[in-house]
Amino acid sequence: MSDPSNDPMASKKADSPGSQSATAASAGPSDVEPTGLHLTTDQLDEMIAHCLRSYPEEGCGLLTGQETTGTVATVQPTRNASASGQIYTVDPGEYLRIDRAAEDAGNSVIGVFHSHTHTDAFPSRTDVAQAPDPGWHYVLVSLRHEVASVRSYRIVDDQVAEEVIFVH
Amino acid sequence: MVNFPEAPVPVVNLPNLLRQHAGGQRSVSVEGATIGEVLEALQAAYPAMSGQLITSEGQLHKFVNVYLNDDDVRYIDKLDTKVQAEDSVSILPAVAGGAA
Repeated sequence: MSDPSNDPMASKKADSPGSQSATAASAGPSDVEPTGLHLTTDQLDEMIAHCLRSYPEEGCGLLTGQETTGTVATVQPTRNASASGQIYTVDPGEYLRIDRAAEDAGNSVIGVFHSHTHTDAFPSRTDVAQAPDPGWHYVLVSLRHEVASVRSYRIVDDQVAEEVIFVH
Repeated sequence: MVNFPEAPVPVVNLPNLLRQHAGGQRSVSVEGATIGEVLEALQAAYPAMSGQLITSEGQLHKFVNVYLNDDDVRYIDKLDTKVQAEDSVSILPAVAGGAA
């Protein structure tokens, strides 16, 4: 696979968000209510850019915003404390700082994004097992192909349901 | 008559996931001289949190991070970390995963 970080256009390319993918269909029936994630083009670019910069490690970060509407206020790239291309851990000290700032701004942490460097943008068993909050949005950025693919999911009681990403 | 102000009690800041067990409150006050005592008191006050903070073996749950003010208690004295009345305790979920 070519190194996406060497492609100056890679950060601007993204698979069309919001489409129901074949990988989501393979998750089987789900009782999770489908929802949506609302973000801006700049926020989408910021997630992809951070994941590309983090390569060959998995990039990760938090999303802050309004839980009731799924509207992202800020994308907060963080350090991958695991420093690995296979797993990620959001640095807890950065989480604390981001959480406090979000609360001060009248928002809350509503999700997390991370990259899969060589696999599709679909939650792995590890992602599902360690999903910390059923109320969160889980955004996957796949760097498997030349064009980064971004998809968002809800994970509730080990059930995965893809949701639409509305890009404003 | 002299009115003595109430003695301060540590404040525990709850993550989103645990607020539902505390009536939706973002922060609650519970007494305890150590992090372990504070978490035990929290679980006693809100039984639905039982097992989510301290394991049956008496250890801090691995999917939970606890901060005393700005410091991770894992790097202080874990559950034996001393807590002062004016301290703020923050509970955060561990956020991790990956393709592996």
